[in-house]
Amino acid sequence: MTTMNHDISGASGVEAGADEETATPILDVRGLTVHFPIKKGFLSRTVGHVRAVDGIDLSVRAGETLGIVGESGCGKTTLGRSVARVIEPTAGQIVYRDTAGRNVDLAELNARRLRPYQRQIRVVFQDPFSSLNPRMTLRQIVGEPLRTSGTVTGSELDDRVASMLERVGLSPKYMNRYPHAFSGGERQRVNIARALVLGPRVVIADEPVSALDVSVRAQILNLLRDLQEELKLTYLFVSHDLSVVENICDRVAVMYLGKIVEVAGTADLYAQPRHPYTEALLSAVPRPDPRLRGAGRRIRLADDLPDPANPPPGCYFHTRCPYAVPGVCDVAERAPLLTSSGSGHRVAACVRSDELGLAGVGSEVGGP
Amino acid sequence: MSHDEPLLAIDGLKTHFFTREGTVRAVDGVSLTVPRGKTVCVVGESGCGKSVTARSVLGLVDEPGRIIDGRIAWQPGAGEPVDLTTLDPKGERMRRIRGGEISMVFQEPMASLSPMYTIGDQLIETIRLHLPLGKEEARDRAVEQLRRVGIPRPEERLDAYSFQLSGGMCQRVMIAIALAADPALLIADEPTTALDVTTQARIIDLLRDLQAETGMSVLFITHDLGVVAEIADEVVVMYLGTVVERGGVDEIFHDPKHPYTNALLGSIPRMGAGAGRRLATIRGNVPHPSDRPAGCPFHPRCDAAIGGVCDVSDPPHIVFGEARSVRCVLHDDGAAVGGDFRVDGERA
Repeated sequence: MTTMNHDISGASGVEAGADEETATPILDVRGLTVHFPIKKGFLSRTVGHVRAVDGIDLSVRAGETLGIVGESGCGKTTLGRSVARVIEPTAGQIVYRDTAGRNVDLAELNARRLRPYQRQIRVVFQDPFSSLNPRMTLRQIVGEPLRTSGTVTGSELDDRVASMLERVGLSPKYMNRYPHAFSGGERQRVNIARALVLGPRVVIADEPVSALDVSVRAQILNLLRDLQEELKLTYLFVSHDLSVVENICDRVAVMYLGKIVEVAGTADLYAQPRHPYTEALLSAVPRPDPRLRGAGRRIRLADDLPDPANPPPGCYFHTRCPYAVPGVCDVAERAPLLTSSGSGHRVAACVRSDELGLAGVGSEVGGP
Repeated sequence: MSHDEPLLAIDGLKTHFFTREGTVRAVDGVSLTVPRGKTVCVVGESGCGKSVTARSVLGLVDEPGRIIDGRIAWQPGAGEPVDLTTLDPKGERMRRIRGGEISMVFQEPMASLSPMYTIGDQLIETIRLHLPLGKEEARDRAVEQLRRVGIPRPEERLDAYSFQLSGGMCQRVMIAIALAADPALLIADEPTTALDVTTQARIIDLLRDLQAETGMSVLFITHDLGVVAEIADEVVVMYLGTVVERGGVDEIFHDPKHPYTNALLGSIPRMGAGAGRRLATIRGNVPHPSDRPAGCPFHPRCDAAIGGVCDVSDPPHIVFGEARSVRCVLHDDGAAVGGDFRVDGERA
């Protein structure tokens, strides 16, 4: 057996050895947990917890785009928001490496001490229609983070807003208009400008293109790419769209029921998934070429996601997994850990990933 | 079967909305046909009029919208076709067609089902409305319908409410209701957009299997080119209320003629293409339907637009064959206009 069993902190050690330069994590999430209480009855007693994020270890390297994918309800949005502390984590560490190279655990800071770091980690939200206040002009929306941070005032603030708008491809002459005057794509540019105006180092983009039209989506993806290069940003890109993720991400983490089941470089993950859930997700994406119809392996999962308040024992995925073995995958004591494969670059949480020859994308045809 | 009349033929349909700010030409001269037993996909971005086209067929256009011109010829069996635009939307004949001969599945399965009634109530209501069955027989048929759309333990699920089911299950129930009276045409308006990819794949499989089993036609409305490639026989590409291109699915994807179709195909990320590749973009935004540009609606965003032509005159409708046409001046070389240049066979 070439496989070694260890958790992801060990795995990131392996990665560091393999690729010293790029492996410095800007964010190192350890055992992050977010539980939401379920309340019932007259006294609102807590009767259980939804484990939206269930002990996640993840390291984000400086300058990379890390994709987080999964079905709705898998906890990917909660993970993104709790890293920015928009949602308070229940337990775990969020170790952030600041500009001076010091490591700070963001999870334990109080609101006042967290403030300087909130300028460095910003969020771009999904829906460009509900995430902008309709009663505020672009000047107010984009300028608000500057004003509340107290660093810039007066005409300098206007200048900063104008240059930021220009950078995201909007004309500063629209500064006094309200969001309703803009299309979805333009509003998403405003959203991006608001996130970037404080000069952050990490941007958490939560489904930033899902609500946009096909022809506008490509513009926003290219804009995000240009801004990353220009401003040396690190992206945490949360999305359910696997073709968008393949296009923009350097590495991808696949989530299922609050846990990460596989992390790998984008090319590796798409060409050769190591977790059955990743394989199923990839095979379900409709490919925009009628000549590929019926090609490749078709894996169809049952519709119902198990209850995240009461996950199944053992591997959480065994209830829907086509390769699950009774007595192995459903045993509580043998819950799979993220395991690195031979190359050391990738990890998957499946006890059978070595014996299964899972199929990725592009294994069926040469392509158009 | 070329001698066969199409099941549905929309010709020059215009549905306009008369708002206080002015007239919105949501559908502005749409012509398309749905052959028997085939799936026709209408694809386009938001505001292109694809949903309004579908709703016009069923007389479901909300105020202040009105069908002001065009014909919708409906011919389920032998005999004269019925023009659906001439029927009273609230009349007896239209109500028999709607849900009986043509039925529709909507985008939001959770919002389309009433939370006040059980799945069974809603399914049995439709069955008894369209078929002469007693309570017991209708219930048996309901169970049978739920089983057909792949719902496990249908006898129990009949008494469930929509909020007790997942999104995918709700969409299956919607499909079961739509198919309850064996319609000849199913209109599916973005039926998988609100669902996860894994669920979407199963719903598409289901629709394909049901079509093979019943021989019904499907008019499938979507913005997702991946879904189109997966399910369509023929494709209708719409932009700002007009059909810009029509053709077989392989022709649309491998030999697109309209610059818009071409640009749209270039701007979607293709899985397996590898990471880090810049996408081709279409400049600008989709204009609001109330201020559509003169001439060809796509000309302000088109790289191949010819000044003085595309921004002045309406683009010509070039017909290449029975199911293949494009509205663009670039293909207007005189000989092809209205000619019989057929390319609907297999291309090498």
